[in-house]
Amino acid sequence: MGSITPDFRFGNFAGSIVQLVLVVVALLTVLILPIIFFTLFFVPLPVVNGQVLTPYLFFSMMVDPSRTLPIIKFLIHTDYFRAAVFPGFGFSALIAAATIFIERKLLAKMQLRIGPLYAGKIEGIFQLVADGLKLIAKEIIVPSGADKPIFWLAPILFVSTSAAVVSLIPVASGWVVANVNVGLIAIFGILGFFPLITLLFSWASNSKYPFIGGLRALHQMIAFEIPFFLSALPAVILSGSLNLSDIARSQNIFWNIFVMPINAFVFYISSLAELERIPFDLPEAESEIVAGWLTETSGMIFGLIQLGSYLKLYALSALFVILFLGGWYGPQIFPHELIPGASASNISLLKIFGLVGLYNAVTVNSIFWFMVKTFVIILLMLITRGINPRIRIDILLHTGWYKLIVLTFINLFIVLTLIYGGILGPGGMISPK
Amino acid sequence: MSTLEEKIDEAKNLSMQIVKDSEEDRLMTLSVGPQHPGSGHFRFVIKIDGDYIVYVDPDPGYVHRGHEKMCEYRNFFQNIPHLERPVIHDSCNITYSYSLAIEDLIGITVPRRGQFIRAIASELNRLVYTEYWLAIYGIFLGHSTMFMWPAGDRELIIDLLERLTGHRVTHAFNIPGGVRNDMPYNFKEKCLTQVNYFEKRLKEYEHIFYNNPLLRQRTEGVGILSKEDAIKLGVTGSVLRASGVPYDIRKVEPYDVYDEIDFNVQYMKTCDSFARAYVPYLDMIESCHIIRQLLDKIPESGDVREKLLSNVKGPPGESFKRIESGRGALSYHIVSDGTSRAYRVKMSVGSFRNLLALPFLLVGSKLGDMPPIYWSLNYWPVEADR
Repeated sequence: MGSITPDFRFGNFAGSIVQLVLVVVALLTVLILPIIFFTLFFVPLPVVNGQVLTPYLFFSMMVDPSRTLPIIKFLIHTDYFRAAVFPGFGFSALIAAATIFIERKLLAKMQLRIGPLYAGKIEGIFQLVADGLKLIAKEIIVPSGADKPIFWLAPILFVSTSAAVVSLIPVASGWVVANVNVGLIAIFGILGFFPLITLLFSWASNSKYPFIGGLRALHQMIAFEIPFFLSALPAVILSGSLNLSDIARSQNIFWNIFVMPINAFVFYISSLAELERIPFDLPEAESEIVAGWLTETSGMIFGLIQLGSYLKLYALSALFVILFLGGWYGPQIFPHELIPGASASNISLLKIFGLVGLYNAVTVNSIFWFMVKTFVIILLMLITRGINPRIRIDILLHTGWYKLIVLTFINLFIVLTLIYGGILGPGGMISPK
Repeated sequence: MSTLEEKIDEAKNLSMQIVKDSEEDRLMTLSVGPQHPGSGHFRFVIKIDGDYIVYVDPDPGYVHRGHEKMCEYRNFFQNIPHLERPVIHDSCNITYSYSLAIEDLIGITVPRRGQFIRAIASELNRLVYTEYWLAIYGIFLGHSTMFMWPAGDRELIIDLLERLTGHRVTHAFNIPGGVRNDMPYNFKEKCLTQVNYFEKRLKEYEHIFYNNPLLRQRTEGVGILSKEDAIKLGVTGSVLRASGVPYDIRKVEPYDVYDEIDFNVQYMKTCDSFARAYVPYLDMIESCHIIRQLLDKIPESGDVREKLLSNVKGPPGESFKRIESGRGALSYHIVSDGTSRAYRVKMSVGSFRNLLALPFLLVGSKLGDMPPIYWSLNYWPVEADR
């Protein structure tokens, strides 16, 4: 199986990228920088390092690398950066994009296909960009008799609710958008909104198949939400906190999955049901109810809902890592200095770019391990799509109510026994520092 | 002037009408129609009460092309290409019984080597059809890998048939008097290697599909068609065999060389959707054995075709021949008035017979059971419409 298109020439590829960069640079100098310059005169500016950030200072900082550092540090620690870029929406949307690409290629390999190939020349890496452009260009068809406000609002609600879940996920110590003391309950509370949005959207579509799909989504939530909550409970008991960062910190000695493997399994199954992925994709069952609650979606409405569901996939995988796989803890593989032996007085390339002051070995290491674990869980969630058929709704309810709840209670009693035996938990023999 | 009793009757009728209407309101009518991804070129109107199907009305006929009528305007050879259109994936079988019926009418026998090549082409085509059917069964249950694997492995057999007949899907290979061409150079060895590899691939289907507990949960005990009901409804092929009746035309009325071949009729006694999905799979394994025997017993040389005039005239009379196709008994009844064209051609296809079981099985089952029951009936809408 070839992975590179036959008429691929690296020269053309590199040439087109260089051309693109040139266009961007030209636009920057001719249009964007003057616009920024003019706007900055009229905007009240923040104080950085005891100086008011005037445009003059801003540009001199951009020219002088040693003065760039404070402004970047300042930007990184703003709430806006956290919500929009790093642990928040931008970062998770990138992971969602990567997940879609990995899913398509992985599934293709499992099914003896090639998968995306042509867009982006190498392994079809720009397939998602092409798909996004296509979805934006497509007409959005609103069915006659649809409840228009809800029909337009539901996809936006879906994405923003997913982003709300993401905002509660810490990726490293202190790196979280909203550090809430009841983080776990907040996550479950937000997840409870999804069937509501689904049901509203399916009702607003004014169509039969979406309606059946919405009702199925509601059934699925009822069947799987209780085991979903219960499977996370022992982690709370062990750490004595509902704060997700505290739960992760409580696992610096051993991972929770060693004392509650059954709950990890239940949590994984329930996440699949919550995400409507393949053994549990009843609300979107194609051969039964066309596309379920997504039947009347078209264009970017469909695109937004897909984006939202992949954000949710990332959020729940990350939650699995925090609850069971020890969060961001892992062996320290990054050195404490970028170049060992380079003192501050030496003028190194890194100092010019201001990286020395920004580099924090512990944070980088935490983020690295967190991402590795999250992607392992994401892969586990993707693989089920290739090996399982869909199940029926009565089997789903039976599984949720009869089997999973009992399993969670068994593991809960095991953990409680260990705590009252004085082995685990706060003040136990093996207690976190 | 209405009496009191009439008024009471009127009120009664009205109230009953209201009760009826409210009962009807509880039901939701769904058109699982030609645009539905779970139907094919076919529509059935269902009414559901909650998750249960209470009423089914199959509505075939979307791809009716009048093949039987077309046969009356063309001579016996010109009929071949359009007669294989109803099931292009099983084209060697649908022209097989037609050729047999014409030969019976004219009164000729096919040379022995031709009979063997026909049987080989027929068995290979059965594999192609069943793979295609299995792929759709997989995707109907939401198993996308089971869609891609059979669709990919089908190419192995299609390559073989392309070498043998010159076409990938619609072969027009069986003609009255024999087959169009002899086997190409080295076909025997190529066929053996491909079929052996194909059999290895078939074993992997068990691991990924048939042994999957989720599939078992979903299909076992679903859509039970008991032995008596199956015989009463007149279903054929794998559906009949899955209901515990070991009935195969190749064994019951052997045609051409099938009486020299040693094979088993595969059947199951569980009568459910899983059995109907599993029996065609067992048939595929059996087909591989049959192909190996045929390749072993085929005469080294000889004619493959009895030469006939292009507008050959049959004597006035009738003939009836049937074979076992991928979907069951497939028979032709041909009436000739002594000209070079048939007076009447009647096809009796397995798909249409199996359709009769659909309302019988769907009523009372759940909406989620609709795809596994519908597609396990081995129903090919285009063939049923003819």
